Amino acid sequence: MSLNSKRQLLKTAAFTSLAAAAALLVGCGKKAETTAATPAAATAASAPAKPVPLKIAFAYVGPVGDGGWTFAHDNARKAVEKEFGDRVVTSFVEKVPEAADAERVFRDMAGQGNTLIFGTTFGYMEPMLKVAADLKDVKFEHATGYKQAPNMRTYDSRTYEGAYMAGVIAGAMTKSNTLGVVGSIPIPEVIRNINSFTMGAQSVNPKIKTKVVWINEWFNPPKETEAAQSLLNAGADVLFQNTDSSAVLQTAEKAGKYAFGWDSDMTAYAPKAHLGSAVINWAPYYISATRDALDGKWTGGGGSWLGHKDGAIDMVSIAEVVPAETKAKIETVKAGLKAGTFSIWKGPILGQDGKEILKKDEIADDKFLGGVKFYVKGVEGKVPGDDKK
Amino acid sequence: MEPFALLLAATLNAGTVLAFASLGLLINERSGIVNLGAEGMMLVAAVAGFAVAVHSGNDWLGFAAGAAAGALLAAVFGVLVIWLNTNQYATGLALSLFGAGFSAFVGIAYTQQKLLERPRFAVPWLSDIPFVGTALFKQHPMVYIAMLLTAALAWFLYRSRSGLLLRAVGESPESAHALGYPVRRIRLAAVMVGGALCGVSGAYISVVYTPLWVEGMIAGKGWIALALTTFATWRPARVLLGAYLFGGVTMLQFHLQGEGVDIPSQFLTMLPYVATIVVLVLISRNANFIRVNMPASIGKPFFPGG
Repeated sequence: MSLNSKRQLLKTAAFTSLAAAAALLVGCGKKAETTAATPAAATAASAPAKPVPLKIAFAYVGPVGDGGWTFAHDNARKAVEKEFGDRVVTSFVEKVPEAADAERVFRDMAGQGNTLIFGTTFGYMEPMLKVAADLKDVKFEHATGYKQAPNMRTYDSRTYEGAYMAGVIAGAMTKSNTLGVVGSIPIPEVIRNINSFTMGAQSVNPKIKTKVVWINEWFNPPKETEAAQSLLNAGADVLFQNTDSSAVLQTAEKAGKYAFGWDSDMTAYAPKAHLGSAVINWAPYYISATRDALDGKWTGGGGSWLGHKDGAIDMVSIAEVVPAETKAKIETVKAGLKAGTFSIWKGPILGQDGKEILKKDEIADDKFLGGVKFYVKGVEGKVPGDDKK
Repeated sequence: MEPFALLLAATLNAGTVLAFASLGLLINERSGIVNLGAEGMMLVAAVAGFAVAVHSGNDWLGFAAGAAAGALLAAVFGVLVIWLNTNQYATGLALSLFGAGFSAFVGIAYTQQKLLERPRFAVPWLSDIPFVGTALFKQHPMVYIAMLLTAALAWFLYRSRSGLLLRAVGESPESAHALGYPVRRIRLAAVMVGGALCGVSGAYISVVYTPLWVEGMIAGKGWIALALTTFATWRPARVLLGAYLFGGVTMLQFHLQGEGVDIPSQFLTMLPYVATIVVLVLISRNANFIRVNMPASIGKPFFPGG
């Protein structure tokens, strides 16, 4: 072999390996792209040459893997896909901050051709309202908010019903008569849940006291752990949380105490400590909203508040250690909620100072419930930010 | 007295989480390297530690896996900033972001997993003493290891020849280089040990402290550890003190809330940060002291032969 041809050979070899490397890189890039876009791409691929499917987008505040709030929303998204098959294409963006970023995400979603957009946390209210005013032909659905527009409506679940049922179980299981709640952010929804939990416990055990610790965040597992630990240290033996991870449940498990799952079924995280899970099932609402949009019957401006009656709230996976009579009581509560014969917020309800807030047999309306900023009798401490007293 | 003993016990536990990471970062910074990637390393270590602990059923293997993951990421960071002289701050931030995303990605399968029943620890005899037993002697062994590590690190830095060398590299890499010491390799070793300790901290969080894996679960502890190193003026004992102080005020504010003390919870949430900064600034307020303790070459690139 001459020197020249040898050089030629080396050159060819070098080029070939370069090309191979480039091909490999391109291949990798493509792979990453398809994995990233799986949810949308998978459904898009299955719907060729059919009538244009309805494109639906979901904005989540947390990661889908939080095992709680966002996980529940994503399960409902999957239920929508299952229900409507190739008539819809769903996609989601997770960890969208409750700030200006949300507005950009909503605009982006609309730009990608989504005509039904769900925003699944309170903090999206203002950004969504702004985008809705600009994009009149996109339908907006906002969870847990109270502001509406002609093309934006709100939906929420009566989480306090689950909190009440958890309270009934907690009241039966506590030995120290002290319950502990890890609160997230002191807004009416959360305060209402703390009160409902306490009222549920008092319905079976009038001596109950509830201690509350706020972490001022929705999701911070180490902080949730610390808050739970401090409640256990203060003598609480059944815990309840309005935060988004399973950390409180895990802390109770470690300490040999009891706690509940919240938003999603959390049995698997703490088989011993878990007394039951107050779950939210968003699927019935998401399916009916999608059907409205598909049938052209969607109207904005309204709000829905769904409870056990609508299949949105339930107490599931009640532990075996819970006595049979308590389980029966839960069934009675459920039946009463379903039939509309039982109201959790029915007088007499006393405030912390013993003053009557709701008179005997008076039933609180939704407006009253939407503005709960006080603790009922039996809850210790003071509502943060309430300086009126 | 019992609630107070429990409060002390919880304080030690909460402080331990920060202590490991903060001591690790102290070693980094003593060699002149600032690694802002602590949060990312802790997240990756948390998922690695959790995964290994789930599969092996052994917490200690989990800690080892966390340390290995932390050291590995730190090594990548080290090669970039020490040999390729990339900007330390930008590279650290990139590592932090990478760690957050990467841990979430590889951790998808572990979000629903759980560990075996968590063992409880108690030092024999001593844990039976009233008050003191509850406050001090019913802790996870890692709590005591953190204390020993602090003492060992203080001895290493100020009493051993290698510690002197490490500090020399951090003070004046040019001089150390001129004396014939392999500055880059010493810095890489320091960065990797620091990463390993951040990894131990991350694994301690996911295996012991909050025994679960969920993405983003470190929730800012890495940044607090970074700040702590600076406020403690790079002294091991002060780092440990600062970590306990932060943990203590965190637990105290929850305790006060639980007792129904009439202070807004938003103010209490802020308290650990303020208290730790104020105390550490007060004990380190001597400007000369800061100048003496702050590694002179911190954050600056080093070009041998330049």
